[in-house]
Amino acid sequence: MSALSTKHLLGIKYINTEDIHLILQTAKEFKEVINRPIKKVPSLRDVTIANLFFENSTRTRISFELAQKRLSADVINFSASASSVKKGETLLDTVNNILAMKVDMIVMRHSAVGAPMFLSNKIEANIINAGDGTHEHPTQALLDAYSIKEKFGELKGLRVAILGDIRHSRVALSNIYCLTKMGAEVMLAGPPTLIPKYIESLGVKVTYHVKEALAWCDVANILRIQLERQDIKYFPSLREYSLYYGVTKDMLDALNKKIVIMHPGPINRGVEISSDAADSGQSIILDQVENGVAVRMAILFLLAGRSLS
Amino acid sequence: MQSRVILDQTQIALIIDRLCYQISETHKTFQDTVIIGVQPRGVDLAERIVARLQYIFPHEKIQYGKLDITFYRDDFRRADRAFSPSVTDIPFSIEQKNVILIDDVLFTGRTIRSALDALLDYGRPKDVELVVLIDRRLQRHVPIQAKYIGKTIDSIISEKVKVYWQKKDGVDKIEIISEPKLNLNN
Repeated sequence: MSALSTKHLLGIKYINTEDIHLILQTAKEFKEVINRPIKKVPSLRDVTIANLFFENSTRTRISFELAQKRLSADVINFSASASSVKKGETLLDTVNNILAMKVDMIVMRHSAVGAPMFLSNKIEANIINAGDGTHEHPTQALLDAYSIKEKFGELKGLRVAILGDIRHSRVALSNIYCLTKMGAEVMLAGPPTLIPKYIESLGVKVTYHVKEALAWCDVANILRIQLERQDIKYFPSLREYSLYYGVTKDMLDALNKKIVIMHPGPINRGVEISSDAADSGQSIILDQVENGVAVRMAILFLLAGRSLS
Repeated sequence: MQSRVILDQTQIALIIDRLCYQISETHKTFQDTVIIGVQPRGVDLAERIVARLQYIFPHEKIQYGKLDITFYRDDFRRADRAFSPSVTDIPFSIEQKNVILIDDVLFTGRTIRSALDALLDYGRPKDVELVVLIDRRLQRHVPIQAKYIGKTIDSIISEKVKVYWQKKDGVDKIEIISEPKLNLNN
């Protein structure tokens, strides 16, 4: 297997296990590239990529842009707040106008669930989903999988706990698909109001006690409370959330093993995770960020390599 | 499909010996000379050459790396197949070194052109020499020649040269594979 089964990366749900293996394997070679003195290869020199961010982002956007530049692609950046979207242009019109300027790939973040799937039915360019509402964030799940694999060598059989705001998290859903496809066990933990009903049907365990999840897992992926997506109150106060569901260094030290701590960022220090836990030796949060560039290079490389063949 | 063996185990061993002695005539010491095998198939030859050179120069430490050229190919997005990269591992600086680049078959020369691009991203070598086991001299697309050549063959473009290595394939041999000739009597 050396080609992806798909033309777009819309979500982990829509790719198969071989695709994930191929992406992680290719990312390993790109990690070597980004640690060279000259961190750039000419692979995508004839490719133009538009980054369309209809929703705010720091990490994902910089990570994608760096990945594209290190592959020698031409990059254009677009953010909704400074564009004609404000004047009432539709998504399809905006994208078609950009594509009319000969763009080969689209990286898109949008607040509407399914926006990249909608586009993939209408346009020819490759589409990479950089987050669609509360649905999927496939590149984050792949870089999380890569980081876990780098640490443990293998995903199969590992126990991964995902803690926090599962309901509003696209990272959680993509991670669930990715980890279960790769043969890891997944447990979700958080307040009952923030864990969707019937999520067990995806093949995951559910608990409402963070300590139980920490005692069970090898890796804990701690998610941010997405206040911007919460239309009603799901818990009384941030202080109470932090008291019952926040992870602290003391809780980690009380375990009889050293688990690995992950966080997709941005961190709300003192809410879902305390500073001493986030900055401890068990945390691989900054490795995740470094790996993000390599994984995104692999995805861009594999999708671009496929497009003309 | 027809295939014929053009080099067998003994002949390959002799050729590797000869290449090593030719290299050691030019490079009296390996202080400033490093060996780099081109992934994937050049690495097999490079490992054999490094082992043999180490035998000829028992007191020298021969530095050896692997170079993958996938990200530098000129046919990316143009070929009818997808490419997947192999490991690049050059655990030393090539700055101001004499680099001996090793590949198994020199055909169009495009792999070596890509390898030169890739190599320059690791530094500026003093010079670069090329070792190949088989030189298919009639099919060059770019002006690239090897300095040390195992065997030169004249083959037509539809023929394939396949190199087998003991370590991977159980036997050392080189075959030319060609489509069957037209039989005009039928």
